[in-house]
Amino acid sequence: MSTEIIPYTIEEREDTGVNNAKLGIWLFLTSEVMLFGALFSTYIFLRVGTINWPVGSSFLSVPMAALNTVFLITSSITMVMAWLSLVDKNFSAYRKYMLLTILLGCAFLVVKYFEYTAKFEHNLYPSTNTFLGLYFTMTGLHVLHVIGGLIVNIYFLFPGSKMWESNPERFKNRIEIAGLYWHFVDLVWIFLFPVLYLL
Amino acid sequence: MIGIQYGLTSLIFLFFGFCLVMLMRWQLAYPEQPIPFIGSWFGESNAPGGIMLPEFYNQLGAMHGTIMVFLGIVPLAVGAFANYLVPLQVGAPDMAFPKLNMASYWVYFLGGIVMLSSFFLPGGAASSGWTSYAPLAVVASVGQTYWLFGMFLLITSSLLGAVNIIVTIIQLRAPGLTYFRLPFLVWAQLITSFLLLLAFPALEAAAVMQIMDRLAGTSFFMPSGLVVSGEVLKYTGGGSPVLWQHLFWFLAHPEVYVLILPAMGVVTEIIANNTRKPIWGYRGLVYASLFLGFMSFAVWAHHMFMTGMGTTISTFFQTTTMIISVPSIVIITTLFITLWGGSIRFNTPMLFALAFLPMFGIGGLTGLPLGLNATDIALHDTYYVIGHFHYVVAPGTIFALFAGIYFWFPKFTGRKMNEKLGKIHFVGSFICMNGIFFPMFLVGLAGVSRRLWDGGEQYAHAQGVFRYNETMSIFSWVLALFQLIFIFNLFYSMWKGKKSEENPWQSTTLEWATPTPPPHGNFEVTPTVYRGPYEYSVPGHPTDYLPQNQKV
Ligand code: HEM
Ligand SMILES: [Cu+2]
Repeated sequence: MSTEIIPYTIEEREDTGVNNAKLGIWLFLTSEVMLFGALFSTYIFLRVGTINWPVGSSFLSVPMAALNTVFLITSSITMVMAWLSLVDKNFSAYRKYMLLTILLGCAFLVVKYFEYTAKFEHNLYPSTNTFLGLYFTMTGLHVLHVIGGLIVNIYFLFPGSKMWESNPERFKNRIEIAGLYWHFVDLVWIFLFPVLYLL
Repeated sequence: MIGIQYGLTSLIFLFFGFCLVMLMRWQLAYPEQPIPFIGSWFGESNAPGGIMLPEFYNQLGAMHGTIMVFLGIVPLAVGAFANYLVPLQVGAPDMAFPKLNMASYWVYFLGGIVMLSSFFLPGGAASSGWTSYAPLAVVASVGQTYWLFGMFLLITSSLLGAVNIIVTIIQLRAPGLTYFRLPFLVWAQLITSFLLLLAFPALEAAAVMQIMDRLAGTSFFMPSGLVVSGEVLKYTGGGSPVLWQHLFWFLAHPEVYVLILPAMGVVTEIIANNTRKPIWGYRGLVYASLFLGFMSFAVWAHHMFMTGMGTTISTFFQTTTMIISVPSIVIITTLFITLWGGSIRFNTPMLFALAFLPMFGIGGLTGLPLGLNATDIALHDTYYVIGHFHYVVAPGTIFALFAGIYFWFPKFTGRKMNEKLGKIHFVGSFICMNGIFFPMFLVGLAGVSRRLWDGGEQYAHAQGVFRYNETMSIFSWVLALFQLIFIFNLFYSMWKGKKSEENPWQSTTLEWATPTPPPHGNFEVTPTVYRGPYEYSVPGHPTDYLPQNQKV
């Protein structure tokens, strides 16, 4: 299993303009778009078939979600900064920005935790009604994606960052790829927020 | 290597799935008679006194479908054939992501274990059909939860595999290998992988929601006021069973093309090689397949004409279904015309490939009445549908995959499979397959429902065709005997088969341009490609084949 003999692992192929991993992540993200697309379609399908659809804010806390939106958007920016630091060959700045990205992701999860427990305290569960079922399923799946992203980022902050010594070009690419995923997770939230909380 | 692992595992699953249906065939042919010899193996809860209970029959049916499609054909057609052949045919050293490749195999394997283990649960395995329609599946026993988690693993595995195949084809093509010089099999795998990539997430989402319905009590697929066994369910309701069907078929229609496209690819390679002619209309073949892949996302609700989704929607999907038949016809016509005037070599792979054509033809043509609203009202959920899709998948796809195994066996092992045994296997399978599936059309036209545990014994309208049940069952058991010949041939030839040359079929494509087994990195030197894949019988060339990598 030697990856070193496989071409275009690091360098870009001339006629496609990308390396393998870059193409791979974009393909993966299209399938993720289909996954969340199916859930949003479900939302529409069930909503148009329901007579009294609740306004999201009657169950949910808009300020908390707005705060979370700020957290995630900021974390996307710091993620880009982490990658740019590597482009500038500034490893200590990379670590700083990566740490910040991770902390912001964790902050998102903490807020989400308080939101969920607040619902449970008021006896609002996924089974309570269709709206809450959708809310918990869609945000829950998104939370799992955030956790996945955090695990990847933590790996690249600590053990994975050894690659910066051995193969800086490849490490930089990896951070770019991780960044693409992280932006996608951010983007999903930017759709979830208005659809669930505001409409 | 991983291709071979995929191949063996999926063959085992195929055989296991076949065994399940052979048991069902006993019950259909001889309702409520004890299963001979092995009846006592299944325990009092499944088959008291050796007589199969309806609940057990339903488990066997659901698991047969699931195993054949998701654990058998897809991993064989895509997992094994793409993994082994795509890197070789595009002249690549390996798949683009070898570690991901390994992961996708093991996730598939785990998914298989989860599915199989569900037989041992209280209440047994999933029993709501391979389609797991709600609300039945939501209120079913715990086996259904295993089914959902198992599907989740299988979907993950397919998605990883699809990304890997697409990247390999797009990024790792050898110098000179432009898109229109790709063997058609590679095209077929490329389109198939896109179908997997874009369609499977819908079922993933649906599985998440069915898990939520079952475990968290949500009502995504549960209508209001549902009463089961005289009790009102505690669900709040407001969901939609039809929603499940939409999401399921959004996957499962593209999925049927996942089952057929690699088969078409295999058949194309073998037909070109054994007619010693270029494929007639190679570009047409490619464009038709691209169109087919594209359209396959717009026909799913032809499985749902009877749900009352409305005449406008039905008309739309009936129209798209008629449109999608056109590229299928183009593909099969192309292959038929290729035969014209060829000096055909009738070896075992070619026999299977040739049989694929009319079998797929019957399967495809019987799909048309199903795609038309008015006729589907009578045919929906009868044995006619079972006949239709088995013709495309069993004597269709499975024959193509057999052809592929016989054809590339010398590449896998350096030895040839035994021709005589191969031909017996072919003739026997061909007769038996038709003996099983053709009567299904007759039974279905008489209106017999596809899910009856007693084969229609108690139904007045089934009396005229009931006797065919026995015929079909006997053919299915005889078919199994012929598969034993194949299994024997496979293992016998692996060790004792006749040693084969490096390019035993005098083929043009790159997988034969490297030693067997391929060395580390697949090729000793990266091949350069000078021409298209089917340069057979080129006028003026001394041999009747001109390999893609040969400079003249
Ligand atoms: C070529 C034109 C085809 C047409 C017009 C067509 C049409 C249809 C229609 C309308 C149904 C739904 C019938 C019903 O439930 O009432 C159906 C079922 C089915 N078709 Fe086809 N089909 C075609 C080709 C294929 C191919 C190539 C495959 C697979 C390789 C396939 C596999 C299936 C399966 C598995 C089902 C049944 C699913 C189930 O209900 O369990 N079909 N087809
Ligand atoms: Cu279909």
